[in-house]
Amino acid sequence: MSELMNVSSSPHVRSKDSTSRIMLDVIIALLPATGVGIYNFGFKAFLIIAVTIASSVGFEYLSCVLMKKKPTTRDLSAVLTGLLLALNLSPDVPLWLPIIGAAFGIIIVKQVFGGLGQNFMNPALGARCFLLLSFTGQMTSFTYDSVTGATPLAVIKAGESADLTKMFIGTIPGTIGETSAAALLIGAAYLLTKRIISPRIPFMYIGVFTVLIAIYALATGVADPLYFVGEELCGGGLMLGAFFMATDYVTSPITPNGKLIFGAMLAILTFLFRMFGSSAEGVSYAIIICNLFVPLIERFTVPTSFGKGAVKYE
Amino acid sequence: MGLLTFKGGIHPFEGKEMSMDKQVVELWPTGEMVYPLSQHIGAPAKPLVKKGDRVLRGQKIAEAGGFISAHIHSSCSGTVKAIETRRTSGGNMVMSIVVDNDGQFETVDFSQNLKPLDTLYTDDVREMIKEAGIVGMGGAGFPTNVKYSPKNENDIDHIIVNGAECEPYLTSDYRRMVEEPDKLIAGLTIAVNLFPKAKGIIAIEDNKPEAIRILREKIGKSDKLSVNVMKTKYPQGGERSIIYANTGRTLNSSMLPADVGCIVSNVDTIIAIYEAVCEGKPLMERIVTVTGDAIANPINLKVPIGTNCNELIKAAGGFLGDIPPKIIAGGPMMGRNMVSLDVPTVKGLSAILCLSEDVVSASETTNCIRCGKCVEVCPSRLMPAELATIGEHHDTDKFKKLDGMECVECGCCSYVCPAKRHLAQTIASTRKQILAMGKK
Repeated sequence: MSELMNVSSSPHVRSKDSTSRIMLDVIIALLPATGVGIYNFGFKAFLIIAVTIASSVGFEYLSCVLMKKKPTTRDLSAVLTGLLLALNLSPDVPLWLPIIGAAFGIIIVKQVFGGLGQNFMNPALGARCFLLLSFTGQMTSFTYDSVTGATPLAVIKAGESADLTKMFIGTIPGTIGETSAAALLIGAAYLLTKRIISPRIPFMYIGVFTVLIAIYALATGVADPLYFVGEELCGGGLMLGAFFMATDYVTSPITPNGKLIFGAMLAILTFLFRMFGSSAEGVSYAIIICNLFVPLIERFTVPTSFGKGAVKYE
Repeated sequence: MGLLTFKGGIHPFEGKEMSMDKQVVELWPTGEMVYPLSQHIGAPAKPLVKKGDRVLRGQKIAEAGGFISAHIHSSCSGTVKAIETRRTSGGNMVMSIVVDNDGQFETVDFSQNLKPLDTLYTDDVREMIKEAGIVGMGGAGFPTNVKYSPKNENDIDHIIVNGAECEPYLTSDYRRMVEEPDKLIAGLTIAVNLFPKAKGIIAIEDNKPEAIRILREKIGKSDKLSVNVMKTKYPQGGERSIIYANTGRTLNSSMLPADVGCIVSNVDTIIAIYEAVCEGKPLMERIVTVTGDAIANPINLKVPIGTNCNELIKAAGGFLGDIPPKIIAGGPMMGRNMVSLDVPTVKGLSAILCLSEDVVSASETTNCIRCGKCVEVCPSRLMPAELATIGEHHDTDKFKKLDGMECVECGCCSYVCPAKRHLAQTIASTRKQILAMGKK
């Protein structure tokens, strides 16, 4: 047996986790919200979701081929981006709109910067904000039960009150995936128990936001402060954003303390946008702005290595 | 009660049930025996014999080549066939003494090395440990007499026996603890008595309840010795992790355990100390676990050092099927891939692990998705993903600034990485480059 064997460096075993498995888990976690969206908004919503996912995957494949890279469509990240973008769209948008969004998200935000892991901004949110600025009319028209109406947050912003139970269950106007806090929380519980996401970002985000809103409610003398806080928590894209988009690995800090700071910053920005901005919404902008701060946050939150500054024992 | 532990770490598939309940079997080799002169950290040993000499089992055939070095003893009787370079399990060619084993195992009289225990001074004990050629048997191979000779004896207050055996598949330490608890306790008592203020701790992971029970029972009530139960988690048995878990003290790469009052030794090492001091026996055999899903009959063997690894495989019933793609000297996390089985058993070989699947070659590296799992599991609390990227760019300054030199190469980061990046490998090779540059 003079033949030498092939060798590799330790460790010689690997966990079963893989990028595509993680993406699949996030997709699974989004299914309840997707289901409620389709149930609420009908076949149109299903069509939008299908078109967005298909075009995302298509653009991913196309950019890889054009850039002479090995296609990365099998890691499911483009499917996830497509699904997230669709859930962030109004059920009323014309079908060409998600295709433009997918092109922007996948090609400009993700692939041009080097593909998965290299994008500095969440592709789905980048695309949503791009669409929001370019096609404001289509993006902010919300029909529910064939009535075009304002979203609960816009109602509240106008000084009125919305039905909190409906907001929790999701039978309200809004984007396809954001309306049902309950469905989103089920998905979030799945991600947390499978340890796909760390609780640091969402809990910090929602926690700090709750405190800020409560202070605001008390300071401005809202009629029923508790109800107001509940409406702000269930309304808009907060749950979707906090559990599914702020926790996007690529565009959030990898350091444990950085995650906490990131969550707190998101809360402050969302609060400012919602309470003092011109729009009732703020989650999307808060997240993409904080995405840009990630390298800076990481620089200041490098974990202290084990034994740093240890002293000799006497 | 919370179990003793450290922060970070992983829970890989343990695989210990394959060999855990297999009683240690003695292996008497029939083929030629090879004694590499470097089985330890430090200077190679210098041969004391030449070609054609007859040697006995237990005879010193090479002496320490410096302060940090160790003697080497023959584990068989026979004739020195050659002193030449031979391949070792890591693939290196190392100057070795080759002995033609006559199968008689004619042994030197160990009783001549013995002195009554109560007449021994601590320095006599250290001399006996040195004479026996004992080195750390967990793998690193640091000469034990040097480890047990710190600057000030009064500074040492904990001797920790590493019974964690946190590497998956390995059961050699477990079998030692279960089968020879008296020797372990006596050996630890000898070690503890070298230091006026020291206490002995046998630290065991909670997946070995039998070992914990037996040792607790045997020790009974004692001021000096105790058994600590630790959480089963890799790398609980890493030197820094085990010191932290048992004493709460932290140390970094610029320090030795003695700097925080601790000495950590492997179970086999402590038993070797017992045999050296109480039986006069030099270190010439060790327990090796031969296991893995590609092995017909996983087994724990007491093997004379120098035995060809093919004989170990044969004793374990050979392979199931062809030669498996993955044969590892040691455990799956930190063990080294063997390039050939035609290599000798050395003092630091705890196991031969044969796996029928090469998961590392089968997996393809993709982009880092910055999931942060490596940061969570790193027992040194580093940012492996970042360090590996910096390492790929050869930015040694930034690597040092982010404390890359604190890496203990445990491999947790590579294990968890969903993108299957070779994080530990890249970081380890960058560390080696930096260390090599520092030596110039």
